[in-house]
Amino acid sequence: MEYVKAFLIGGAICALTQILLDTTKLMPGRVMVILVCTGAVLSALGIYEPFAEWAGAGAGVPLTGFGNTLFKGVKEAVDKEGLLGIFKGGFTSSAVGISAALIFSYIASWIFNPKMKS
Amino acid sequence: MPENNQASNKPKMMGSQSIVFHNPPYIIAASSVTGKKEGEGPLGHFFDLVQEDPLIGKDTWEEAESEFMKLAAQIAIQKAGLTNKDIRYMVAGDLLGQLIASSFGVAELGIPYFGLFGACSTMGEAISIASIIIDGGFADKVLAATSSHFAGAEKQFRFPLDYGNQRPYSASWTVTGSGAVILSDQKGNNKGRAIRVKGVTTGKIVDYGIKDPMNMGAAMAPAACDTIKSHLEDFNVKPDHYDRIITGDLGYVGSAILIDLLKEHNIDISNNHMDCGKEIFDQESQDTHAGGSGCACSAVTFASYVLKQLEEGAWKRVLFLPTGSLHSKVSYNEGNTMPGIAHAVVVEAE
Repeated sequence: MEYVKAFLIGGAICALTQILLDTTKLMPGRVMVILVCTGAVLSALGIYEPFAEWAGAGAGVPLTGFGNTLFKGVKEAVDKEGLLGIFKGGFTSSAVGISAALIFSYIASWIFNPKMKS
Repeated sequence: MPENNQASNKPKMMGSQSIVFHNPPYIIAASSVTGKKEGEGPLGHFFDLVQEDPLIGKDTWEEAESEFMKLAAQIAIQKAGLTNKDIRYMVAGDLLGQLIASSFGVAELGIPYFGLFGACSTMGEAISIASIIIDGGFADKVLAATSSHFAGAEKQFRFPLDYGNQRPYSASWTVTGSGAVILSDQKGNNKGRAIRVKGVTTGKIVDYGIKDPMNMGAAMAPAACDTIKSHLEDFNVKPDHYDRIITGDLGYVGSAILIDLLKEHNIDISNNHMDCGKEIFDQESQDTHAGGSGCACSAVTFASYVLKQLEEGAWKRVLFLPTGSLHSKVSYNEGNTMPGIAHAVVVEAE
């Protein structure tokens, strides 16, 4: 049941994003930034965290979850270290995710090459 | 159009932006080399060489594109029964920054070289300039060539292939390949009718403020409209003077816009218009959305299908006008518009 819920919630977020890509002239890069910012804003409003607890990976994996992580990190660091935390917190909280993305994509590039679309 | 006239004191300039040649250059050979997808398209059997491997054994897309152009140039020279030394000039261009596909591709041919940038209109620009050089008596044989590569163009102008983004329906599919023609002051040994470039109309840059690089047809259609209108005025002819008016890569979206725009000027080309971007792929089965694009789109279609129709007498006279969008990666990332251009050449079978 947990998996089904995560699949449906994550899928719903992706479907909404697809509508955004199809019906607006926004370039993919901009849509990604919108997702991250939405996650951060919803997190600041105290909405995303309870939503993520309920939806699990469905809310954590899409880019909105990355925005949530960034905000959480900044908030924690500010509470602990004051203003300096604004610059530090986001990096600390997202370090694992970003490093994993870099390392795994680097490993993938050893094995695979980009191919022509057909 | 005035017939071939040897009198040298008669002006070659026509109207506001056109030239009529006194000694119209002959197209004595042409070649078309394409990738697999193009080979599987409706024009596949017209091409000289279809390369199954998009990298042609090279390490990068850019090197592969250079190889496509080198092959096209070599095949054209061979078909004309010439050697590299016989070619006085090569005029060529492509889409990559600083024309690296052309310059790396033709370096070892050892032919004096002018690099051209006209984006996807480059074949029209190259044939225009090659013809001017020959009619002016500055060379007897000139090679005009251009290339494009789907993967190289995506990487430079849109997103690298590894990113795996989706393409909107207005987006076109960059043709992988290269087309080349050899122009000469003398008739060649090719079978069929002799084909000559009778005149050119050089396009002006027309900018309607389109900013979407996924909709290039809309950016280029106004330029094609402007060049066709000016051409018909300069030469004082009607659209039906031509068996076909052949645009480069407007695709489905741009072609519809062009026909509408010309109707506003009371010019109807709906009966004899053809667009290389619509011909080269099968939209239904090949999932190419708005059609083919890229320098090679018009170049390989012209060098294979169009010249064959003229040689065999199916068509007598065509207006060939490749269309280009003169944006760069920098200009569109900085929010600039996509200025369009179209260069027309009159190609006639004798």
